[in-house]
Amino acid sequence: MSETKIDYESLGLKVGLEIHQQLDVGRKLFCKCPAILEEGESVSITRYLRPTRSELGDVDPAALFEWRRGRFYEYQSPIKSSCLVEADEEPPHGVNHDALAVAIAVAMTLNSHVFDEIHVMRKVVIDGSNTSGFQRTALIAVGGWLEVNGRRIPIETICLEEDAARKVGEEGAKVVYRLDRLGIPLIEIATAPVIGSPEEARDVALAIGRFLRLTGRVKRGLGTIRQDLNVSIRGGAKTEIKGVQRLELIPKVVHYEVLRQLNLLKVRDELKRRGLREEDITLDPVELTGLLRESKSRVLRRALDSGGVILGLKLPRMKGLLGFEVAPGKRFGSEIADYVRFWSGAGGLIHSDELPGYGISFEELQAIYKALRASPESDAFIIVADDRGRALKALASAVERVKAAFKGVPEETRAANEDGTTRYMRPRPGAARMYPETDIPPVNVTEDLLREAEKIKPEPLNVKLERLTLKHGLSRELALEALSDPRLDLIEKLIEKHHEKIPASVIASIFIVTLRGLKGKGVDVEAIPDERIEELAEAIARGVVAKEAAETILEEAAKNPEKSVDSIIETLGLKTVTEEEAIKIIDETIKANMEEVKAKGHKAAGLIMGRVMEKLRGKMDGRKVSELVKKRLEHHLHPSPEKR
Amino acid sequence: MEYFGYKGLLASMLRDVGVEPGDFIRITRGDGFTIEGVLMPRYSGGDEPIIVLKLRNGYNVGVRIRGGETIEKAGRVERGEPGAPVPLVEELEVGDKRVFVLGCGGTVASRVDYETGAVKPYLSPEELALSVPEMFKYTSIDVEQLFAVLSEDMKPWMWHKIVEGVARAISMGYDGVVVTHGTDTMSYTAAALSFAFHRGLPVPIAMTGSQRSSDRPSSDAAFNLVSATLVASKAPFAEVAVVMHGESGDTYALVHRGVRVRKMHSSRRDAFQSVNARPLARVWPREGRIEMLEEKFRVRGSELLQVDNGFDEKVALIKHFPGPISEVIDTLVDRGFHGIVVEGTGFGHVSSDAIDSIRRAVESGIPVVAATQTVFGRVNLNVYSTGRKMLEVGVIPVEDMLAEVAYVKLSWVLARTRDMGEVRSLMLSNLAGEISGRHDVKLYPRWDV
Repeated sequence: MSETKIDYESLGLKVGLEIHQQLDVGRKLFCKCPAILEEGESVSITRYLRPTRSELGDVDPAALFEWRRGRFYEYQSPIKSSCLVEADEEPPHGVNHDALAVAIAVAMTLNSHVFDEIHVMRKVVIDGSNTSGFQRTALIAVGGWLEVNGRRIPIETICLEEDAARKVGEEGAKVVYRLDRLGIPLIEIATAPVIGSPEEARDVALAIGRFLRLTGRVKRGLGTIRQDLNVSIRGGAKTEIKGVQRLELIPKVVHYEVLRQLNLLKVRDELKRRGLREEDITLDPVELTGLLRESKSRVLRRALDSGGVILGLKLPRMKGLLGFEVAPGKRFGSEIADYVRFWSGAGGLIHSDELPGYGISFEELQAIYKALRASPESDAFIIVADDRGRALKALASAVERVKAAFKGVPEETRAANEDGTTRYMRPRPGAARMYPETDIPPVNVTEDLLREAEKIKPEPLNVKLERLTLKHGLSRELALEALSDPRLDLIEKLIEKHHEKIPASVIASIFIVTLRGLKGKGVDVEAIPDERIEELAEAIARGVVAKEAAETILEEAAKNPEKSVDSIIETLGLKTVTEEEAIKIIDETIKANMEEVKAKGHKAAGLIMGRVMEKLRGKMDGRKVSELVKKRLEHHLHPSPEKR
Repeated sequence: MEYFGYKGLLASMLRDVGVEPGDFIRITRGDGFTIEGVLMPRYSGGDEPIIVLKLRNGYNVGVRIRGGETIEKAGRVERGEPGAPVPLVEELEVGDKRVFVLGCGGTVASRVDYETGAVKPYLSPEELALSVPEMFKYTSIDVEQLFAVLSEDMKPWMWHKIVEGVARAISMGYDGVVVTHGTDTMSYTAAALSFAFHRGLPVPIAMTGSQRSSDRPSSDAAFNLVSATLVASKAPFAEVAVVMHGESGDTYALVHRGVRVRKMHSSRRDAFQSVNARPLARVWPREGRIEMLEEKFRVRGSELLQVDNGFDEKVALIKHFPGPISEVIDTLVDRGFHGIVVEGTGFGHVSSDAIDSIRRAVESGIPVVAATQTVFGRVNLNVYSTGRKMLEVGVIPVEDMLAEVAYVKLSWVLARTRDMGEVRSLMLSNLAGEISGRHDVKLYPRWDV
């Protein structure tokens, strides 16, 4: 893989983003359930989903495929956070009014055109993540823009939709989903495909995320925001990449996809150079079961022992192409394997460019070439070990995928892996299977609703910045950091609430210095509920605890999110001490170190301070302690006569 | 004049431009904002001057016309001709039994128009074979669409037609009959069939429907239909039954006797429950298994077909309520009703000030039947004085019969006799399992807390 710099512009890279952000409006989008994730008691429901038939008589091939292979779903319905609506046992209620107002506010702020009547649609999904078999979604607005790095990024659409159920397991043909997440309101913002570099893609995602947080009405934490990317280069194809959860991964995902498309184009060119045509790839499976019956290969053994067969398929003049790397660690062979796994349900395949290997001996390899009438010098082959039906389907899908390589890059929906590479998920949906949700009447966007949305519109960043610096006296640096902090709304709230007792910089530092420091140390700061931070600020304001104790308290709160700050202070003994108590401790320390005090005089202050702080850290403001230490030293060194 | 659901000025505007649903149109606002999409008919939303468009991305949106917009036709959407449905299985297995499916409403196989969202039901053997191939595993299928009527529009004269249709199929030698029906009034029709066939039924009649329409991937229609087909083709009993989901999941269905079943939930898949009786059987459609839950049943093949058809349309089912119930009874008598079933309170009571109205009804030859609005339990008019007064004036207390079943039965009885004595005697005889003498302690669903 060449690591030379890629000139994305000359490749015609075009990236579009779809940002899905959960809204924080208390309830779900189409029922009265609280929008929370819940691990508690749940009822289990087993369901199957059937392909539905269009007016023309056809069915979605991917849905049909899932159904044919007996896919079924176990839905865990938690009692508190899901109801009959999520269980698909009751029609949806009307659209959550607050969620709609937030979506409209977001659209207005992005200069988008809000429609006058909102129609909820059913978008057919096939993976079981919606109990109904479709996702409910409504287009709120089109058009508009967001400025990123001085460039206007056009917005295409803004939708309000329900989040899908949470996948919690998979076992053979069964997929397990939890219904707590199903129905949580999501806003989906799609940009035009105008982003020209991997870094810009990340910056736009970052900017949209930050912008959404400015509303103060979105959820935070892992899984509450998800990015889908669509990536294309000139001559390639539009690839949809689903579920990039971490922003930092975006540039890598885009980069790898560019490489993948470039390399698939190279595969196409090489096929042409070798004079191959689509017709040369034919489905002529050869039975290799007898030939490999004694093989030591574990992969083959496993299939044979469970009554399976081994089938081989010759790919003429394709030697070396299957082993060609298209993305880091991903060969053209892996592309075919991903495709085969999806469409046949087979575990995978073995191809000639990775042999000898998998415990298949050199002799066996030669025998396979011979049986397939293939030349080890120029031909390639694929073998599949599975039950006969699946193995045949696997080879048929492999042929399909290889034929597609003659055209270059197939249009696909892919899923992001943790390392930034992607895997085949399903074909890109053709004409969207979208039809009206007849259970929900269209919503008229009234003047009242628009006025309500107007009130939720987030303030522009510069207005916030001005308030934080001019009114609350934050440094510009700290204020800018605060603006990009995920808990900006809480920072603002606490600064307003405690401005008489705690300087704004102290509040801001809790987030920007303390929390980020803890995160750097590997503490799971996202686990700390807002409530704890509010309690901490309250405790500092009341003088119960010193601001120095913040780090210790928050670290504990991350470990025990259920524990109140008061009880954390109690258990860790962090309560502030009175001046008298402090003096007592200081006096004891001076007495215990009297010799050094006498020897060093006032210079002993540092030493005493250090010892005293071991006992008083977090219980009294450091400056105050220092002041008292000086006073008491003076007292001990030069006792005033009247006290004697 | 309305134009595809559009009203007033908007209707004439669209008509003037010469566009109709299915046309691509472009709306340009005064401020230059332009939007293109397929014009959709206006199904709902009232009189607001809003045009509904389906955009290229598939979404429908409403655009308000304030005046100052221009509307132009921008083309027409080419749509393919409906073709043969894609089969769900590659090879259809067909069992060796013969089942007749009589369509009386409710959607079973359907196609959804992704443009408009309209759902068209299809009920042909071909469409069933391609859409619900599992039901053929047990049997071959013949289909007749008798009528497609909304549940709430079902009338007693239609019961008569359904009985005829079922009887025809049985006499043609089918191994069983499946009747598809809207769920809201399915139990009424089930009771009607039960009385019409109580004299002699050689094969099972399995009624079924769906609580989630068949245009959605999560529809329960196929599951219920396969279960009902299994019952019709293989069940050891020859009874009129309702076969529907037994629980929320797609695991098993329950078979309820036609005179003992009631829709107990407005939306759940397992809405149907047996009342004052246990379900007859449990069915696993995937495994093809039928487990009997009741030991006593009419055995398949043990009776010859004997039909006793006909229902009286002028029967009322009313519910006691704290207001002036006597006025309702008086009105029914004055309007010439032939019989009245009253869902009384608890043991079957109506307020004592309605006794005179009931006396007047009975004296006018109109039987008054007492059932209970508690749904579960038995009517007893001997316990309190009001009840005894009701008995004195001639009320017929129908034991543990469901009120809806009492209504259907009275309709059936009145079509045979208007003689008060005979009506009483028939109402109190157990003809089709609608009355039972004893309820054991467990015969009542309870919270599992």
